[in-house]
Amino acid sequence: MTTVSIDRVSRWFGNVVAVNDVSMTIEPGVTGLLGPNGAGKSTLIHMMSGFLPPSSGSVTLDGAPIWKNQLAYKQIGLVPEREAMYDFLTGWDFVLANAELHDLPDPGAAAQRALATVEMEYAQDRQVSTYSKGMKQRVKMASALVHDPAVLLLDEPFNGMDPRQRMQLMELLRRFGAEGRTVLFSSHILEEVEQLARHIEVIVAGRHAASGDYRKIRRLMTDRPHRYTVRSSDDRALAAALIADASTAGIELDLKEQQLQVQAVDFYRFTELVPRVAKEAGIRLLTVSPADESLESVFSYLVAAK
Amino acid sequence: MNVTVARLTARGLLGRRRGLLLLALPVLLLALSALVRAIAGQDESTASNVLGGLALGTMVPLVGLVAGTGAIGPEIDDGSIIYLLSKPQPRWKIITSKLVVAVGCSVVFAALPTYFAGLILFGTFENLTLGFTVAALIAGIAYSALFLLLGVVSRHAVVWGLMYALLWETVVGQYVPGAQTLSVHQWALSIGEKIASPGVISSSVHLPTAVPLLIVATLGGAWLASSRLTRLTLAGEE
Repeated sequence: MTTVSIDRVSRWFGNVVAVNDVSMTIEPGVTGLLGPNGAGKSTLIHMMSGFLPPSSGSVTLDGAPIWKNQLAYKQIGLVPEREAMYDFLTGWDFVLANAELHDLPDPGAAAQRALATVEMEYAQDRQVSTYSKGMKQRVKMASALVHDPAVLLLDEPFNGMDPRQRMQLMELLRRFGAEGRTVLFSSHILEEVEQLARHIEVIVAGRHAASGDYRKIRRLMTDRPHRYTVRSSDDRALAAALIADASTAGIELDLKEQQLQVQAVDFYRFTELVPRVAKEAGIRLLTVSPADESLESVFSYLVAAK
Repeated sequence: MNVTVARLTARGLLGRRRGLLLLALPVLLLALSALVRAIAGQDESTASNVLGGLALGTMVPLVGLVAGTGAIGPEIDDGSIIYLLSKPQPRWKIITSKLVVAVGCSVVFAALPTYFAGLILFGTFENLTLGFTVAALIAGIAYSALFLLLGVVSRHAVVWGLMYALLWETVVGQYVPGAQTLSVHQWALSIGEKIASPGVISSSVHLPTAVPLLIVATLGGAWLASSRLTRLTLAGEE
């Protein structure tokens, strides 16, 4: 049972604060690190993998600091986001070299096992430079798994993968989690994270926005007030009908733009309400579009709510 | 010394265009030496000029630069160094392994060609060839260590290295005698001076000054490189 602890960690680069007073504990099982691009996910993973010291606070692996502690890599497997690897090697040579660098007693057997785990044996004799993005990702996985680590850190592992490769990798990570390993992966896509991770940590603008199981995060994200822009054949009549229902909190009739700004408080009920009300009143809906559905705004809501 | 690190480094260094560049320099030197010998015959001052100016003054630092920075710079630039560093290997071991490979390149592509060029130009008379060869060997080691350090600390290692080797050692050294005290070239020459017959090779630095400086530059370079590698951070992509 291996645990990564992040305790009151901040990290700044000059004047820019990338990670702001974050505390979290990554335990065995699969944890998803969710946040929009630029939120500080990579910075956190760099600190957890010993490639960046925290400006303040501590990042530890079972109590031992990770920064400048090369022995921690006996337990950590790292799948970096960047693609560059020793492209001139074959997949086999690359994974074998990783096994040797871990001083494993039988690097050949370990490399073989790791390549089998990611199902890359068929291409192991080809040069890495000839691989597709998904294949590179899998060889990177193999190199991270070669020493059978207790902790697996993956930075945006699903980026650029096709759906089938994504499914495969998810299956693999699920299995590692079930085996009792501590698996942490980052992503900016909620659907991806909730498919895979039981536990989700949300980070926004360098701050820890939410933490919990995927149902809780989903609820947090849907239970907030949603804003919609609605255009119809009769905005005023539609507004009157909508405000009568408890799922809306406010409606503004924007005469200049000829549209409604609707604030909904019950997401599911509202999405069901709009078409029904319009149909009953004989109003034609022209536009119903969420005004603030970008991930950024969803996340900033979470930060503000905290 | 870690064999895997050395193997990866050597393949990275020799596998790409860099390998051709490393090979081109000594071939050029040998061809020129043959030409000079054919035209000027066996002449001590001509041989000394070619070996001192072209071999030790130009080829040795250039090979050291290509090998030293190339042994680590590209991996840091493209981020693949992460696969070496995310392993339970002490950083000094990684640096030592890379240094051994860079020095090996200097021996094969700079010191040995200097020796053969010397044989072509002047044979073994007056220990001229031996003196320049040992100087090339020593300089190759020091350059490798210094340029490896540059490769760790700077993304523009090649530019800095060229500025040192060409501007400082050659141009500045010519007009500012003091600059020659801090010149790998002159340190190595002082060792060559000791080996060759008296008066054949001359250096502006005395041996008792040169030897400690060479040791400090080499060991200090390697030590600093290790310590900088230990603190190497990955700049986020965000």
